[in-house]
Amino acid sequence: MELICPAGTPSAFREAVDAGADAVYCGFRDETNARNFPGLNFSRPELKESIGYAGKRGVQTFVALNTFMRAGSEALWYKAADDAVELGADALILADFGLMAYVAEKYPDQRLHVSVQASASNRDAIQFLVEAFGAKRVVLPRILTVQDIARLTRQIDCEVEVFAFGGLCVMAEGRCSLSSYATGKSPNMNGVCSPASHVKYRRDGDTMVSELGAYTINRFGPDEASGYPTLCKGRFEIGETHGYAFEDPVSLDVVDHIEALREAGVSALKIEGRQRGKAYVAEVVSSLKKALSAQPAERSALVARLRSMSEGQRTTSGAYDKRWR
Amino acid sequence: MTNARTPALSLGPVYYLWDGPKWRDFYFRIADEAPVEHVTLGETVCSKRQHFTERHIAEVVERLEAAGKTVTLSTLAMVTLERESRHVRDLIRDSAHLIEANDLSALGLISGRAHSIGPLVNVYNAATARVLAARGAQNICLPPELPMSSIEQIVQSLPDLSFEIFAFGRMPLAISARCAHARSKGLTKDNCQFICGEEPDGLPLRTLDRQSFLVLNGVQTMSNSCVVLLGELPALSAAGIARVRLSPQDCDMVAVAGIYRAVLDGSMDADEAISKLSDVYPGAAFSNGFYHQQEGAAWIAKGRNASLGHG
Amino acid sequence: MTLPPALVAPVDFAPLWLIERAARTIFSSVLRAHPDLFERLGEYRQTRYLFCPLDLPLNFLVVPASKTVHVSRKTQRPVSDACIEGPLVLLLGLLEGRCDADALFFSRELSVTGDMEAMLALRNALDDSAIDLPGEIGSLAGPLAPLVAGAARYVRKRALEGRDATWN
Repeated sequence: MELICPAGTPSAFREAVDAGADAVYCGFRDETNARNFPGLNFSRPELKESIGYAGKRGVQTFVALNTFMRAGSEALWYKAADDAVELGADALILADFGLMAYVAEKYPDQRLHVSVQASASNRDAIQFLVEAFGAKRVVLPRILTVQDIARLTRQIDCEVEVFAFGGLCVMAEGRCSLSSYATGKSPNMNGVCSPASHVKYRRDGDTMVSELGAYTINRFGPDEASGYPTLCKGRFEIGETHGYAFEDPVSLDVVDHIEALREAGVSALKIEGRQRGKAYVAEVVSSLKKALSAQPAERSALVARLRSMSEGQRTTSGAYDKRWR
Repeated sequence: MTNARTPALSLGPVYYLWDGPKWRDFYFRIADEAPVEHVTLGETVCSKRQHFTERHIAEVVERLEAAGKTVTLSTLAMVTLERESRHVRDLIRDSAHLIEANDLSALGLISGRAHSIGPLVNVYNAATARVLAARGAQNICLPPELPMSSIEQIVQSLPDLSFEIFAFGRMPLAISARCAHARSKGLTKDNCQFICGEEPDGLPLRTLDRQSFLVLNGVQTMSNSCVVLLGELPALSAAGIARVRLSPQDCDMVAVAGIYRAVLDGSMDADEAISKLSDVYPGAAFSNGFYHQQEGAAWIAKGRNASLGHG
Repeated sequence: MTLPPALVAPVDFAPLWLIERAARTIFSSVLRAHPDLFERLGEYRQTRYLFCPLDLPLNFLVVPASKTVHVSRKTQRPVSDACIEGPLVLLLGLLEGRCDADALFFSRELSVTGDMEAMLALRNALDDSAIDLPGEIGSLAGPLAPLVAGAARYVRKRALEGRDATWN
């Protein structure tokens, strides 16, 4: 299985390549990708240089253009696709049908990957994307069990990539407007979820209160590991009880399922985290690289350190395990 | 405004779990009394719920059609299991009725046949609408997240296609493999005991500072606030919107339809309609933020005084 | 992991202007060596960033656009747009991209307040810049450069040693 690694900056990109990535994915410094955060992402010259750096070392570069084109501003997305092709991207990761149609028609030889944001969760959906746009690979939404994935790979004519480590969307990706409901900014339209511009941390005695827009997302006691105020990992009140209504502040970690995913016919494992620093990228990529070729019994020890760097300092195998539901 | 056709009223599928008789009687009354032209129905949120309404579908469709309504059948929003795939396939193969596609599997299977696109499919621009139209889509209900600027752009680019706007109801904001509704009552999705049926208008979720925020509806998360686009109807009509969708809540939907009908016909002004709506759906917070390119929870009153729709 | 008292004590007595001058010299040499940092910061160059090392009796207010560093005693807290608090070695580690800010934040070792977007922009810009503080400080020491840089690297290594959330 290939290891697909994140890069938010050229430094992180080089770290990922050096640490053993088979491919690195990244995006332009604008709203054409789903990690449109301040100070992050690539200018055209930076991408060109990075693709060159990777190419010399036999590593591929995937460019994520995985937001939905804003009506009236489609040119921004088309230009990004043109530039990514021109700069030599090995694959474009797309979510919007309109943009897929543009790329499929204008660059029929360009490898087209379906972003997780497109929410293709079953064989008929994937067959549609293969037939309509010539999709070569689909990144599966984090709503399927390992068994679901194994069944799916046998039914489709397309490679499958799944998330293996990093941030965990609790909701089906690309189908969530919780962030824009509270802040006006969403992953689909603006490439941000629970954006920093709307985040506030407030002290209330020895409690730390995190707020998103006008809403309280969590309150942390003095020694409690904290999380970023992502809506779906907040603490809320339902009836007379309160707690993490959707999911605890945890990260995804499917290292224990590597064998099962390989047997299920998965082509590539993806690491989330374009917004994380280069130190994190280097550590996660090299650990997972080692884990992939290690004996199953050795794997847990190899990734134990990663868990301390995760949100809430805990991890879960999420929807890959049926019990999560 | 002069060239605008008056948009038709359409009723979206009931997103909640209502028991069979309640669901049937709701549609009987819609058939007999509500001034709506189009009705889309069928379980959209969770495949486990299908048996509650399945045995009533035939009589409901018959009654609605006898009353002159156009009936469209909704497909599931999230398809992951083999059983769910089969259900979508069977529905598309066997149905004599129009289908509303709510996920990508339905989109693929229905190509070449006239169909509708539901608000849970991501149509954010005209290029996407054009792709769908070329495959047979005739009516597209745009996602609630779209601002008016996008709506106008899309509708103008495809003047021959019918577009629908989500104009009343709690907004479907997210869907998950995990059932937060069951979880909140100590259950899991696989052993849920259909607990979401206890809340026919959704289970309120508040912040730790007791702000009303969202409601849970099984695997779906909805806004606590109810979208109300009434003051915006003239602009939407002028833009060429063909249908105005009302999403069923556990309130008097016949009265809701009457209010929207009156505003569309010009016999009631928006302010009066909004105040009447507060009586019909008591306690509901209203919002229209997405339309005005603000946070979705915001309520932008005509005088442009923004305030948040919680509380 | 916090600074030993023997290192902190002299700071208590050193005149502020001296500390400020040293900080400003290092800061402008870093900016000179890393123009890309400036570009990445974008509109957040104007932001007033406040760094509060928990183990020093000082605060550092930095405005990238005007290349200013203002040092003040803990007793008075200057007005800022975004503020980050934590042990000095972690703040410096962060500056060099040696520590992962998210991991430190999730573990509550760092706390951030104010304009989060500005803080994020700074974090990302710094992370890309590959700043090597011992090298920068060394370069200011002229002929003594190798000696100073070496000593500083030694101090950094010792300070970050044994930490789980550390790299390199």
